[in-house]
Amino acid sequence: MTPYLLRRVLALVPVLAVVVTVVFLLIHLIPGDPVGVMLGPDATPAQVQATRQALGLDRPLHEQLLKFYSRVLRGDLGQSYFLDRPVTTALLERAEPTLVLTLASLLVAIAIGVPSGIVAAAHRGSAWDRLLMLGALLGVCVPGFWLSLNFIYLFAVRLGWLPAAGYTSIFADPVAALRYMVLPAVSLGFSQSALIARISRSCMLEALQQDYVRTARAKGLSQGAVTWIHAFRNALVPVVTVIGITTAILIGGAVVTEIVFNIPGLGRLIISAVLRRDYPVVQGVILVTATAYVLINLAVDILYVFIDPRIRYE
Amino acid sequence: MSEAAPRHAWLRRVAANRSVVVGLGILAVVVCAALVAERISTHNPRRLDPPNRLQSPSAEHYLGTDEFGRDVWSLVVHGSRVSLLVGLTTMLLTSLGGVVIGLGAGYYRRLDLLLMRVMDGLMAFPAILLAIALMAARGPGVWNVIFALSVVYTPRTAMLIRSTVLVIRETDYVQAARALGRRDLGIAFRHILPNCVGPLLVQGSFIFAYAILAEAILGFLGVGVPPSVPSWGNVIASGKNVIREAFWVSLFPGVALTLSGLSLNLLGDGLRDTLDPRLRVP
Repeated sequence: MTPYLLRRVLALVPVLAVVVTVVFLLIHLIPGDPVGVMLGPDATPAQVQATRQALGLDRPLHEQLLKFYSRVLRGDLGQSYFLDRPVTTALLERAEPTLVLTLASLLVAIAIGVPSGIVAAAHRGSAWDRLLMLGALLGVCVPGFWLSLNFIYLFAVRLGWLPAAGYTSIFADPVAALRYMVLPAVSLGFSQSALIARISRSCMLEALQQDYVRTARAKGLSQGAVTWIHAFRNALVPVVTVIGITTAILIGGAVVTEIVFNIPGLGRLIISAVLRRDYPVVQGVILVTATAYVLINLAVDILYVFIDPRIRYE
Repeated sequence: MSEAAPRHAWLRRVAANRSVVVGLGILAVVVCAALVAERISTHNPRRLDPPNRLQSPSAEHYLGTDEFGRDVWSLVVHGSRVSLLVGLTTMLLTSLGGVVIGLGAGYYRRLDLLLMRVMDGLMAFPAILLAIALMAARGPGVWNVIFALSVVYTPRTAMLIRSTVLVIRETDYVQAARALGRRDLGIAFRHILPNCVGPLLVQGSFIFAYAILAEAILGFLGVGVPPSVPSWGNVIASGKNVIREAFWVSLFPGVALTLSGLSLNLLGDGLRDTLDPRLRVP
């Protein structure tokens, strides 16, 4: 286990190196003079020159890249021009709502997706199967942000059951936090449940065709026991993989959902940074989310070993 | 049976698939709407008409008007042009880039190591966030959206082509072609690429769908095509501000977006089932 873990962690190094390089190169994709674009048309040549020096943009590219690496390794993501504080501080301040939203919608996605897939597989070809898979197809096709708007119209504007937008920290007022979180989490989670449902269904179908399931049936076990105890556990590995992928997609989806529901998380941070041309913040947000994605994948790989003892990494 | 029959057998199989037919049918409607947008729109989608703002759907304005008095039907019809342009061009560019990178990586081991690490790194970014960051650097505009989405989605196609190439290059007929002294490029075009067409078509329809959705998301977030250009994402964004008074502004472009996504997903599912039965979901 330990050598496997070590190898798996070492394999992250090149991936993260590419991630940091891409984030670094972003500034150099700005057409024309990046500093001129950042400071706007009113900046004096002296200001432009000073900023260029402060950012190190007057140095050769490889030197800039090395400096960027060393800064990132020390946890220094630069200074936000607009928020007037280090990028890491801004990220920490805005991380909680995004984390809460991502986790809440992951729960919704699993709660909808896994049972739907299993029920569809257990009753293959039935009306249930068709209905659930039609729902899954719609979940894939209906844009999450548009679904959110329709939910706001229906549940907040028309029925008045839930607040239309806003956020309260779960640590400050759990009940209010839950009320604010229901619509964003359900609309984001529903879209992602579709993928989980499809994969769960096909893995369950495969597991249900195995010999040990036939043996279990022959022993006289109930349908429920066969489905849940014998087939489900074996179908779990690919399902966990897809849940890992889902989590990464949810981080991206959370950005959009935050804008719809006015949630002060990383999504709103990056969008306002884009509009204000606050590039260090843009770089910081995508660096952090990509790193989170890589780490989630690592966690999923490690989880496999615990779920499926047949997997032994030599 | 004539000799040409097996060659076209796959076409007949595809045409008999219900998902493909329904998907293509819906897509054809959207394409027609985009082609004759000038004819079927009732108003100039860019003309502001403040006295007529937020009108509910009527005979004069089929789908109502938005907060600036623009006709939503005309906006939706014209918006299909941006969506299709972005979707189709992104699909073509990612296919081209994916084939070049995938072939190179699948064929040359040294290149493979480097290219695949870069692809892994690019795929570590949540797609929409990388697109947002690229838009932040390049600024708003249709071609910048296409550039950003092509960068985001090319690694997926490259990985797919690479894995196809790795399988095909070990087959006997490729080994035979090599033994006969054919050059790499000749083998790539004559023997390997034709085998990639199926997976490319399947992947292409999904990327088409992703790109249309991503374009709308970027527009909705205000970092895609400029707000003055009628696009589904932009109209949904303007509908967000007036959702209490006028739900129709965001409703109808969203329906168009959903139908386009549905058509391409059906098309992709159907193509996958017929062209690559191994991937078929039972």
